[in-house]
Amino acid sequence: MPKSPRTNSKLKVDNRNSALLGDADAAIIGGGVVGCAVARRLALAGISVILLEKSADILDGASKGNSAILHTGFDAPEGSLELACIRSGYSEYLKIRESLNLPLLKTGALVAAWIPEEEERFPEILEKARNNGIDDLRQLSRQEILAMEPDISENIRAAIAVPSEFVIDPWSAPLAYLSQAVANGGQAFFNAEVKGGKFFGNHWMLQTKRGTVKATHVINCAGLFGDLVDAEILGQSEFTIKPRKGQFVVFDKAAGCLVRSIVLPVPSERTKGIVIFPTIFGNLAVGPTAEEQESRSDASVNQAILQKLLTQAVSQIPALTNIPVTATYAGIRPATEKKEYRVVENAERNWITLGGIRSTGLTAALGLAQYVHKLLEKQGAKFKSLYKPVVPSVPNLAEHLPRDWQTSGYGEIVCHCELVTEREICEALTSSIPAGNLDGLKRRTRVTMGRCQGFYCSARLAELTEGKFAESLDIGTCHD
Amino acid sequence: MTEIFKNEIVDVAVIGAGPSGLSAAITLKKLGIQKVVVLEREAEAGGVPRHCGHPPFGIREFKRVLTGPVYAKKIVETAHNAEVIIKLKTTVTMLAAGGELSLTSPEGTMHMIAKRVLLTTGIRETPRSARLVSGSRALGIFTTGALQSMVYLKKRIPFRNPIILGTEIVSYSALLTCRKAGIKPVAMLEENSRPSVRWPIYKLASWFEVQLFLQTKLVKILGQKRVEGVEISDEKGQVRNIICDGVLFTGQYTPESSLARISHLEFDPKTNSPEVDEFGRCSDPVYYAAGNVVQPPRDQAKVPIYYTTKNLPNPVYNAWQCWSQGRTTAKNIVKDLAGNLPSLSL
Repeated sequence: MPKSPRTNSKLKVDNRNSALLGDADAAIIGGGVVGCAVARRLALAGISVILLEKSADILDGASKGNSAILHTGFDAPEGSLELACIRSGYSEYLKIRESLNLPLLKTGALVAAWIPEEEERFPEILEKARNNGIDDLRQLSRQEILAMEPDISENIRAAIAVPSEFVIDPWSAPLAYLSQAVANGGQAFFNAEVKGGKFFGNHWMLQTKRGTVKATHVINCAGLFGDLVDAEILGQSEFTIKPRKGQFVVFDKAAGCLVRSIVLPVPSERTKGIVIFPTIFGNLAVGPTAEEQESRSDASVNQAILQKLLTQAVSQIPALTNIPVTATYAGIRPATEKKEYRVVENAERNWITLGGIRSTGLTAALGLAQYVHKLLEKQGAKFKSLYKPVVPSVPNLAEHLPRDWQTSGYGEIVCHCELVTEREICEALTSSIPAGNLDGLKRRTRVTMGRCQGFYCSARLAELTEGKFAESLDIGTCHD
Repeated sequence: MTEIFKNEIVDVAVIGAGPSGLSAAITLKKLGIQKVVVLEREAEAGGVPRHCGHPPFGIREFKRVLTGPVYAKKIVETAHNAEVIIKLKTTVTMLAAGGELSLTSPEGTMHMIAKRVLLTTGIRETPRSARLVSGSRALGIFTTGALQSMVYLKKRIPFRNPIILGTEIVSYSALLTCRKAGIKPVAMLEENSRPSVRWPIYKLASWFEVQLFLQTKLVKILGQKRVEGVEISDEKGQVRNIICDGVLFTGQYTPESSLARISHLEFDPKTNSPEVDEFGRCSDPVYYAAGNVVQPPRDQAKVPIYYTTKNLPNPVYNAWQCWSQGRTTAKNIVKDLAGNLPSLSL
């Protein structure tokens, strides 16, 4: 097995895992979007943070597959913590995004009614949005929709326009959050699964696969494994994760011009339903399904379900029938037995659990981080916000903004479908939060994520990533 | 060197330095066209034959039996001798009306205006995602093209015991590649009741001691990090698992025609090809297309001798057919430039 590139030999992690890996004011368990956002917030607030991720890279669980929508919260439960975090997360994203070089695709959304029963629910949706503080929704007639989105099926009856629902890059955002935490003194450890922990009255000693971490406060952001971490270390969990898989189909970039808006269904009690949405990378995608399952890690796709998604997408956007499929994927949402976020504070033991953060987590993460900051203040943690925090910028992958291939000196284009340059790949392998596995490299660069799925670039990619990852594209060499 | 390309006006820009593109460029030069530039996005010219490390290539072009890589070198050399300019690592990002091309290369972005443009961007296999195959997205899932470029260009192997999907001619090319690289496929799967290729080609599998399962479907890919097996179902619908460490999707060719698809050119989504008239001319008459990027509808494709008509795969041309199409289209372009081609009738 090649040595993990992140193993810091100075730390001398021994086999008993008893060496002190780090010491911080706060330890954050889990490198999903929530963990990354919490790490950033607390680091900016002037306390020392350590993020512990069991995988070789960030975003390896629930955060790797979602619809990348920046939600306004127009349909979130009224008066809920989820709504509050969506609203504050939304504003903060818009405020910080330019400095971190995070993209925004101002798509707007349409809540589409295809049958009379759906249209009948419009007043209820509009009222909820008003109560939630989003007052720019308006109902559109069929003619108005077709004028705005000529490729939508003529079977549409009516829609509510939600002008402020946008699309973002679901991977560069959390990467930017953690990069900023690290640039301001935070630490992130990978392959550092938390196996146990003990509270000593004023601090925690957490046992990880790479050694012990001492921390005053612990924030459990373990997503799909949040309940298990609580059960293991606190002895009990107030909730149980009920993994819910969502499958997606991504259409070729040729479909990018067919719809400008996110096309939402009228939501049901259980789920936001199947959405057709532009991606920040210039594609059009459809999904997610909502399938309950036991496994917390099985993100496999199913042909029959993908076919159904395709059929549904084509019924709403008929021109999609002529567009090839580029990719299919599935994500797993950490739903629980209840619909709401499960934020559990154990102030006596300096422990906060952020559980049940589902579809809206990408938007709400920054809001949840603010919320954690406030909770810790109440618990008596001393903060002194950084006077001039470092603001790192992440590479842009959005199709509508300048990309590396539009500059010069990039070496060569490695992935032709997504126009990924050699320089982008090399930088993703050496940045402050370098790619820890191939999936992480794909999320940072989009390499092999295009229409040929590696037909042209796998060989070159195997060469460029040689010895970098525990699991590589190739498994050996051959002779002539 | 690069300055001459900035907003450069050329006579003919050929997109893609495979057999069709190089043959067209050579013919254009021989027929007296001055500025012929081939734009190739890879670091090396020659196209797909570069990584088909087996014969037979070049029989009609060079009267010799060559392997793909040797053939690729030879056509590139022939192009150089004909004073064709081949611009490597140069990607065309957009086609605009009237022959205006947007390009990027390590030197930066630029424009080129060509009196005529020839699209010879070739063809590739359909990957797993577009086939909507069930299962995990573990490491070890490849197409023949990816396998062959890995084996022949980089001397690497992505698996040791894969299953091979398909029985097209390329599936047997993949089998040869595996054999050469010391990879031992577990089985070949074919959904149909007979292989696409005729006897004796399909016998290659048993000669190499690889089982051929007919009327067998791939149900699901198994494995978390790397492929650990597949679920297959036989003609009676009985499902069973096979242990393997890779899945090789072969064939189901689809033109690499994205440039045309997102351009102003008329496009046929059924064949995934730009529409062309009998001269190879596109709906914007400045543009031409030739070789594998233009495929006929399945029922109009000429059936190669090695295929049984009972299980025909998507059409694809071999290197010789591409070479000869490139030549024919180049002659049409020469006539056109001299004003001797009837007007467009698309």
